[in-house]
Amino acid sequence: MATRAAGKRRPLLRVQNLKTHFFPDEGTVRAVDGASFEVCAGQTLGIVGESGCGKSVTARSILRIVEHPGEIVEGEIRYLHRTDGREVELDLAQISADGPEMRQIRGGEIAMIFQEPMTSFSPVHPIGSQIVEAIRLHSPLGKREARERAADLLRQVGISRAEARLNEYAYQLSGGLRQRAMIAMALSAEPRVLIADEPTTALDVTTQAQILDLLRQLQTDLGMAIILITHNLGVVAEMCDTVVVMYLGRVVEEGSVDAIFHNPKHPYTRLLLQSIPSLHSEARVPLPTISGAIPHPYNRPEGCPFHNRCPQFIPGTCDRHVPELQALDEEESDQLVSCFLYHEPTDERA
Amino acid sequence: MAGWLIRRTLFAFATAWAISMLSFVVIQIPPGDYVTSYIAQLQSQGTIFTDDEAQALRDLYGLDQPVILQYFRWLGLMAQGNFGVSFEFNRPVLDVIGDRFLLTIVVSVAALLLTWIVALPIGIYSAVKQYSIGDYAFTFIGFIGLAIPGFLLALVLMYFGFVLFDANVGGLFSPEYAQADWSWDKLWDLMQHMPIPALALGLAGTAFLMRIMRANLLDELRKPYVVTARAKGLTNSQAVLKYPVRVALNPFVSIVPFVLRDIVGGSVIVSIVLSLPTLGPILLKSLIAQDSFLAGTIILLLGVITVVGTLISDILLVILDPRIKFKARGG
Repeated sequence: MATRAAGKRRPLLRVQNLKTHFFPDEGTVRAVDGASFEVCAGQTLGIVGESGCGKSVTARSILRIVEHPGEIVEGEIRYLHRTDGREVELDLAQISADGPEMRQIRGGEIAMIFQEPMTSFSPVHPIGSQIVEAIRLHSPLGKREARERAADLLRQVGISRAEARLNEYAYQLSGGLRQRAMIAMALSAEPRVLIADEPTTALDVTTQAQILDLLRQLQTDLGMAIILITHNLGVVAEMCDTVVVMYLGRVVEEGSVDAIFHNPKHPYTRLLLQSIPSLHSEARVPLPTISGAIPHPYNRPEGCPFHNRCPQFIPGTCDRHVPELQALDEEESDQLVSCFLYHEPTDERA
Repeated sequence: MAGWLIRRTLFAFATAWAISMLSFVVIQIPPGDYVTSYIAQLQSQGTIFTDDEAQALRDLYGLDQPVILQYFRWLGLMAQGNFGVSFEFNRPVLDVIGDRFLLTIVVSVAALLLTWIVALPIGIYSAVKQYSIGDYAFTFIGFIGLAIPGFLLALVLMYFGFVLFDANVGGLFSPEYAQADWSWDKLWDLMQHMPIPALALGLAGTAFLMRIMRANLLDELRKPYVVTARAKGLTNSQAVLKYPVRVALNPFVSIVPFVLRDIVGGSVIVSIVLSLPTLGPILLKSLIAQDSFLAGTIILLLGVITVVGTLISDILLVILDPRIKFKARGG
C-alpha cells in the first residue's frame, strides 16, 4: 500500500506519552493519560473511541488550547515547525501556549475544524470577516487582498456566490455550507496538519459524504496531514490510513486501517467493531454491546482501565498492572496494542 | 429595517400617550382636588373660605368636569405647547419645570454612562478571572452597592466630599451660577458637581450590570466559537474581547431601559437629599399638593425619558446583533 510506504517517512507530528489532566476542585481527571501516535504529510490518522475517551482533549492539547483547569502534565508533542524555509523540531508541550511560536503554528501550520459548525462561528460577525481575520493573522495581506483570498477559499471548498456569502452570517447558511466555510477558514493559512474534531457528526448523511469527499480532495491537492477524530467507524474505514483506538485517555491499539478492521487485537477494538450494524449480520439478533459503562472520571479502575468491562479479563494481572502500548511479536506488522493477552506485565507497580 | 423603525417609533408614541392618560388619571384618584387642599391650607392659617369662593375656583380650573374632559383639555393644551398652570406655584407648568427637565436628562445620562463605564470592565474581569480574589472582591462590593439605598449613599458621599475634598456639595451648580444664563463656565461648573449625583444614582445599576455582564460573558466564554477564535491563532485576550464580549454586550444594552427606569424613578429621594434642581423634588411637592397639571406633566416627562431610552436601546440592539435585524425584517 502506498500509504504504508509514506508511513516510513519522518513524521510531521509525533505525540509521545501525552498526559493532559484536569484539576477541578473535586479531584483530578486524567482526560488524556499517555497517548502516543504520529502522523506524516499526506496521511490521515483516525482517532476513535467512545465519548469522553479523551479524543478532543488530545486535539486541543496539540493546539495548546486546553481550557483551565486542564494542563499538559507529561509527554511530548514533537512537531516539524517550518521557519525561514527550514524545518525545526519543536516540542509543542514545552513552549508557551500564548507565545509567538505557538500562535504562528496554531491556525497557521496546524488548523482545526469542529463538530458544531453553527456555534463554531461567531453569531454576530459575518463569516467573511472571520475568515479574513484568520488570513491576516498568518499573512501580510491587506484587507482587500485578504477578502479576495477569502472568496477564493470559499470557492475552493465548493461554495457558490462566494463574494456574496462573505457578507452573510452563520445562521444564514445551511449546516453543510457552514462546515464548508469552517474548512475554508481552517485552510486560510495553508496548514500542514488539519485536525478535524467530529467534522461530520452534526450533518446529515448526504452532506457528511460530501464533506468527507471535500476533505479527501483537499488533502490530495494540498498534501496536508489530517487527524480525524470521530466515533464513527464507518468514517474511519473510508478516510484513514492509520487508526488509533483510545479508551479512557489511553491508546489501546494502533495500526493500519486494514489491520484494525480485519485483524483487531485488543478486546476493546474487537467489541467496538462487533457493535457496528452490518448488512451481513443475521436479522433480529440483538447487536452486541460492550457491557458496563465508562467508569466515572474520578473513579478510574486500577491497572488496565478496560479490565472491568473486558470479556478476557485476567484476574491478578489486568487489575494490578498497567499495560503498555507495544508492538506485536508476530511478523513485521507495525500494529501496536496495549493488552496483557499479548505481553507480560513489565511494570512492577501494583 | 425602515419599516421596523417606523413601527417601533409609533409604538413608542402610543406608549407615551398611554402614560399621559394613566398619569393624569392616577393623580385624580385620591379624594378631593387641589381646591380642597388649598382651602384646608388657608383655613389652617385662619382664612375663612365660603363655598361660593371655592366653587368659583373650581369653575376657573374646570375641576368639576369629568376626568375624561379635563384630560382632553389638558391634551389639547399640550398640543399647543401649553402644559397648563401649576396651582401650587401659580405659574405656567413649563416655567416651573424650566431647566429641570434638561438637567434630569443630564444627570440620568451621566449616571447611566458611569454605570456602563464601570460595570463593563469589571464584568469582563470577573468573568475571565472567575473565582479569583478580584472576582470575589467585586462581587462583595457589588452586593453592597445593590443593598445601599441611593439617598444614604448620597449623604455619605456628601459628607466625605465636604470633609476630605472641601467640595461644594449639594445641588448641581455653585451659588454664583445657579441663576446665571448658560455659558461654558456654567457647563464646567455643572460637570464638577456631577460625580456625587452620578455615583449616588448609578451605583445600584452598576452593581446590577456588573453581575449581568459577568453571567452573560461566562455563558459566552464556553461557546465553541471562542475555541475557534483561539484555534485561528488569536491570543486569549484578543479572542475574548473580539468575540464573546461582543456577543455578551447584547443583554448589556437590552437591560439599559430597566436601569434607566430605576435611575429616573429612584432619583426623587436622592435629588431631594442632594437638593438637585431636577424634576424629582417638585414631583413630590406637586403630588402632595394634588397639583394635577404639574404632577401629570412631570410623570409624563419621566415616562417619555424612559420610553425614548428604550427606543434607543432597541435601535442599538439591532445594530449590535444581526440576528435581531434578521427577525425584524421578517416580521
